[in-house]
Amino acid sequence: MRYVLCERKGQIEFAPDSSVPHDEQAVAFHQLPPFTTPPYCPQTTAIHAELQRVLSGKQLLLSELPYSLQTLHEQYQRGCIAFEQSIRQHGPRHFQCLRCGNEQFLLFAKLTCFQCKEHDCVYCRKCLMMGRVAQCMPLLRWIGPPFPYPSIKQALQWQGKLTPAQQKASDHLRSLVSTGGELLLWAVCGAGKTEVLFSGIARALELQQRICLASPRKDVILELLPRFQAAFPTVTIAGLYGGCKAQEENAQLILATTHQLFRFKEAFDLLIIDEVDAFPYSYDETLEKAVYKAKKQAALLVYLSATPSRALQRKAEQKKMNAIYIPLRYHGHPLPLPRFQWCGHWKRLLYKKKLPKPLQHWLIKQLESGRQAFLFVPSVTVLQEIVPLLKSIDSTIEGVFAEDPHRHEKVMAFRNGAIKVIVTTTILERGVTIPFTDVAVLGAEEKIFCESALVQIAGRAGRSSEDPSGDVCFFHYGKSNAMQSAQYHLIKMNQRGRHLT
Amino acid sequence: MKRCLFCHETLVEEVSWNDCFGLRKRSLFCDTCYKGLEEISGERCDGCGRKHSLFPEQYRQNMTCLDCIKWEGNALYSQVLQRNISLYVYNETLKAIIAKMKYRGDAELAKGFQQKLQQVYTTFFHGYAVVPIPLSEERHYERGFNQAELLAQQLNVPYENWLTRQRHENKQSKKTRSERLKINQHTFLLHSEVPPLTGTHCVLIDDVYTTGATIRAAALILKQAGALSVSSITIGR
Repeated sequence: MRYVLCERKGQIEFAPDSSVPHDEQAVAFHQLPPFTTPPYCPQTTAIHAELQRVLSGKQLLLSELPYSLQTLHEQYQRGCIAFEQSIRQHGPRHFQCLRCGNEQFLLFAKLTCFQCKEHDCVYCRKCLMMGRVAQCMPLLRWIGPPFPYPSIKQALQWQGKLTPAQQKASDHLRSLVSTGGELLLWAVCGAGKTEVLFSGIARALELQQRICLASPRKDVILELLPRFQAAFPTVTIAGLYGGCKAQEENAQLILATTHQLFRFKEAFDLLIIDEVDAFPYSYDETLEKAVYKAKKQAALLVYLSATPSRALQRKAEQKKMNAIYIPLRYHGHPLPLPRFQWCGHWKRLLYKKKLPKPLQHWLIKQLESGRQAFLFVPSVTVLQEIVPLLKSIDSTIEGVFAEDPHRHEKVMAFRNGAIKVIVTTTILERGVTIPFTDVAVLGAEEKIFCESALVQIAGRAGRSSEDPSGDVCFFHYGKSNAMQSAQYHLIKMNQRGRHLT
Repeated sequence: MKRCLFCHETLVEEVSWNDCFGLRKRSLFCDTCYKGLEEISGERCDGCGRKHSLFPEQYRQNMTCLDCIKWEGNALYSQVLQRNISLYVYNETLKAIIAKMKYRGDAELAKGFQQKLQQVYTTFFHGYAVVPIPLSEERHYERGFNQAELLAQQLNVPYENWLTRQRHENKQSKKTRSERLKINQHTFLLHSEVPPLTGTHCVLIDDVYTTGATIRAAALILKQAGALSVSSITIGR
């Protein structure tokens, strides 16, 4: 489709070429000279309520809206919808996708577009999964009065009890809702972060706010969804993740994977980001932009983490943002501290099809004790080398990695106790909670095991109250700084926890 | 830094002697993606270009597969399509690439097939008139481009939009085999401004040859307009 500019009430506005007969001035949307969006005038216009609900806090393409162009253009003339550029050109080799924030020149391409009839219509290759966005397609945004979400009182039906540390954090969060700004909620692995959020979310619902909890991983969303539905039985909660069925995207309370935030713009009053330090959030900087885009200007942004990045820690220490600490696990026991065990040049040994002696001893002891264990290795290659060697000691041992076709079955078998020892890359470092487990890391000095990864791995042990302590052993060939700072991190957290009790 | 056209991973290129002599043709896909593609080479069906090693011998007579023989027995479609040549086996990797190109709209991926397409065109169909399989107006608008036209562009020879697709039918890819075979012979029409085709050899371009119904319906129109022969090139088979 092509567009023209026309004058209406002394203002320069745009119109689709179909509305003007035989106009040869029509150009693609991105070639339109600047135009104005008429101001919203409350007296004269009735609001298109359904459109308001669908489009509030969103950025959508024309093809994503089931309304005729005429309806949408009318809403534009009434000052309810803004038509905005989707891809901005900053220079000959510099484009920016205003939906996903992509600025990598390699991830843009040109094509001869049948919609705008231009030969070099640029489109973004990064957010193709959400439906292709090309230069000539405007992004539509609701700029009329925002959709009024109801005030939901007594939404929280959760009956559980918080520990004193959790209670303090929970109250603090509640008091900050509606003030805006940023908040770091630094809670050790197994502190019970989710329950801490409930009271704050209930408060936000009361204040007619729109809330989103975003996590980098789909598994987490799937686990949280039933817990939230049980805690807030009267509230419609939408779970948005890749591959989910079309959902109530306009729900007041949303649990979503971080990637889903690209769809939103200035939508949320309370935005909670789970595991800010985790891949892919820490890896893909466009996700960070997506977070800032999805929240309202005055929103409260809460970062949840057990291992916040240096930058975030510093910001908290310098009082540039609020911070709450929960240094104690919900069962009140200290975090298990890792012990370091030198195991020689393990790579050479594996190459010779031998296991390092200390690891062999650990394994035999582990199998005798009847407890389950994780063995973390630095890469898939190491995993494939070591699993056959371990299988010769005990045949139930299995290895699991990200592209493993049987990944979920193996993890399930480990959860059921059918597999005693599971060998894994860093994919299982977060989220997996199994009582009575010990943890070992082979090659803990490797670069991939950074401080936060090691803290998370150590956090796999001793998660339940029946088994608060577990063995955490780092097998290494020379201690790394990350190993030492991870140990220091855990010691410091335990000290903080002791002060509390 | 180069990146794989499909998976966007960094492309590591090993330098070999062939580079010094300019003999090597670089693939735009990374090794992992490229290995997933299975080239059709060696013995293949004379008609549809299916690789012989992929189906049991009892399903062919001499060099021709039973499907093609069945087509030749059809009064309307007999002798319509001279031969089809496909580049790759339509396996999971190729399915993923074509799905991303067509349904996700990543037109850029067509460039990944350029080398092979040009190679096939010059070896088998040099000098033939190139005709991409069209989309209906509505589908073309919805998608923003026609994937067959994109592939035809990769040949770097002028191509002809001699055909139009008449009505907005259900997608071929959403139909069962028997439904697909029943494709309406009036799906395609000759464009109003086509010069007389008498004496022209034509080659149709499409993304996938599945049952051959679409290609034959298009070929029929060109034949009726007087084309001397009609062949086709597709990416997948």
